[in-house]
Amino acid sequence: MNHDLSKLPGIFDRYPKHQQSLIAVLQDIQKEYQFLPCEALEETARVLDVPLSKVFSVSTFYNAFSLHPRGEKVLRVCVGTTCHIRGAAQIQEQLESQLNIKAGETTPDLKFTIETVGCVGACAKAPVVIVNERYYGPVKVSDYKKLLRGK
Amino acid sequence: MQLKNPKQLATLQKKYKAAEERFPKKVLICCGPGCLASGAQKISDKFKQVLKDKRIKGFSVEALKETGCHGFCEQGPLVIIEPDGTFYTRVKTKDVEEIIEMSVRKGETIDRLLYSPNGDGQRIQRYHDIDFYRHQDRIALANLGKISQCNIEEYIALGGYQALAKVISSMKPDQIIDEITESGLRGRGGAGFAAGRKWATCRKIESDVRYVICNGDEGDPGAFMDRAIMEGDPHAILEGMVIAAFAVGSSQGYIYVREEYPLAVVNLQKAIEQAEEMGLLGDNILGSDFSFKIRISRGAGAFVCGESSALMKSVAGEVGEPRAKYIRSVVKGLHDQPTVLNNVETLATVPVIINKGADWFKKIGTKKNTGTKAFSLVGKVRNTGLIEVAMGTTLRKIIYDIGGGIIDDRPFKAVQTGGPSGGCLPESQLDLPVDFDSLTEAGSMMGSGGMIVMDDKTCMVDVARYFLGFLVNESCGKCVPCREGLYQLHALTVRVCEGRATEADLEKMEKLSNQVIIGSLCGLGKSGPNPLLSTMKYFREEYLAHIRDKRCPAGVCRELITYEINDKCTGCMACIAVCATHAITGKKGEIHVLNQAKCTKCGACYAVCKHDSVVVS
Repeated sequence: MNHDLSKLPGIFDRYPKHQQSLIAVLQDIQKEYQFLPCEALEETARVLDVPLSKVFSVSTFYNAFSLHPRGEKVLRVCVGTTCHIRGAAQIQEQLESQLNIKAGETTPDLKFTIETVGCVGACAKAPVVIVNERYYGPVKVSDYKKLLRGK
Repeated sequence: MQLKNPKQLATLQKKYKAAEERFPKKVLICCGPGCLASGAQKISDKFKQVLKDKRIKGFSVEALKETGCHGFCEQGPLVIIEPDGTFYTRVKTKDVEEIIEMSVRKGETIDRLLYSPNGDGQRIQRYHDIDFYRHQDRIALANLGKISQCNIEEYIALGGYQALAKVISSMKPDQIIDEITESGLRGRGGAGFAAGRKWATCRKIESDVRYVICNGDEGDPGAFMDRAIMEGDPHAILEGMVIAAFAVGSSQGYIYVREEYPLAVVNLQKAIEQAEEMGLLGDNILGSDFSFKIRISRGAGAFVCGESSALMKSVAGEVGEPRAKYIRSVVKGLHDQPTVLNNVETLATVPVIINKGADWFKKIGTKKNTGTKAFSLVGKVRNTGLIEVAMGTTLRKIIYDIGGGIIDDRPFKAVQTGGPSGGCLPESQLDLPVDFDSLTEAGSMMGSGGMIVMDDKTCMVDVARYFLGFLVNESCGKCVPCREGLYQLHALTVRVCEGRATEADLEKMEKLSNQVIIGSLCGLGKSGPNPLLSTMKYFREEYLAHIRDKRCPAGVCRELITYEINDKCTGCMACIAVCATHAITGKKGEIHVLNQAKCTKCGACYAVCKHDSVVVS
């Protein structure tokens, strides 16, 4: 797949060109493209003068990075402890069965991605689901329609 | 404006204080994580919109503040009218105009929005009188809910940066370290290492470069104290960091913030810019020859990066793998240079100690555990939210007096502290004083301060499975005991949950746990088996019920339960609507039928039924 890489130089310009900037650069790329395109990783390795293997190892170590395209709507189910004891697993399952994908996957039409997250610190509203940037909580299993529709 | 000396700061404080006093009445809108999730932003926007076209004597939109977390998240969105502390709960946008007319203009109270502790019509007007707040002692959270998020003028008006002025104008680095050591301040991140000792070690090492890092990688699920401070009172952290840097002789600092807290990054960045602009951070702070810069380093979603050596690797842009700590990170930390790493709450406490003195701080808490500790009190407790209490307060006081007991008056079963490194404590331990040493002795841990209350509907085996599953995902994989040991422990716990385990497995789990504890490289593995060991110690009969009777007493473990619909069913169709596998059939007004062959036991029907007609057995 070919991606428009014209935005990369702008991202590189924000940081000093060495290894210490690697995570920040990858975060900005992910923010721009919703995932880390292969070509962008190669370009990052070249510009920051870091071996590609290191770029790959950092991008696969951290949960925030995805090497695959993600959907327009990213549904992040919080599975922190509080959300867990208040039924997060059931909500995750309901979303998975509605969209027919598992957590970590994206629907073939690139509309939805389901992800789980360790804890987003909104425990008082558990269980919580975040759709793109917006927080929903306390979520009930029957709320899935609202979540799929939500902005 | 760059402040050239501490005197100018004092002048500025007077000016800002006077500006604050222009408005006798203020409206505070809590915009902490909990209230934001309940729609606080919309409330605030509505206030601004309504106030735009209104003229009220002694009040304007400038007296409206979007504050950090006020604490009582359960009742959010919260709106507080100062100075009297009128406390409006669960405010909706349609209430806004009434609040402005009645409370702000006329000074009257709207009864229906006041907090009602028992839901019986008795209402409390001021938040100071509510049990949830009455039993608290706030130091690290003192400004939260009082000042606008990252507004340096309000922070200075309340005496902010005075501690920095004090150390720069009248204290030597050794004096600062002595003061912190004398105060007995222990690291609030979990391990409870003496902060003063850490600073002293760092200062003593010969080196041209030293770093100060603030650990804002609040990874423990169920904990959000640090998030609240970073978002709501970022200047307190910056002030604490500058003081630490002055004491140990550092010129570069980092704040490591976890990826899940985007607003914290935004607010801290704003705060850094504000402080630099005023000469409170950056080159020649307050006109002295001391310079200190702070950069934000964003995490990328790895729990292990809360561990000191992994965190420093991550700041350096590498994979966050811990190293063996024969040499501690205070000696060889970031880029192999001496590094002081303190938690958010620890650093936010530092300015208060400098201002009020070690003797004052020591009077709070217990002898070996001075001061206060912030907790996020969550789970099946009635009043969930953010609290801060003196060290040594009992669990019972926290859960029953502040927390108001268990939701629906169900029986208390356990309280989980310390996240995945901590443990679950049963009812017999409720009178335990909460401090670093007592919790560790009881088989749990203080951790960063998540306190998750569980009732009889929580299965303790499932909780152990949950934490082990979490750690299996988060283990960095560098050392074998953690990577393989936790994996096997998780598999064994799954076996218990599914009713396939034998009593010999329990022994195996205990033995393996001890090996993981001894053999692991870092704290993640060393404390990883704690949730398992503590539940096996205090809730052994529940494990045995799964093994011997193939029964999950709490009705949680899916392989051991069945859902049924009894004759209380009114035929409301609610469960049919949520059943993803179409296992429930029936017509409106008729008792529904659940087809066990199709049922995946997801519990959706159980959660949605309002007539207690879906039962677990």
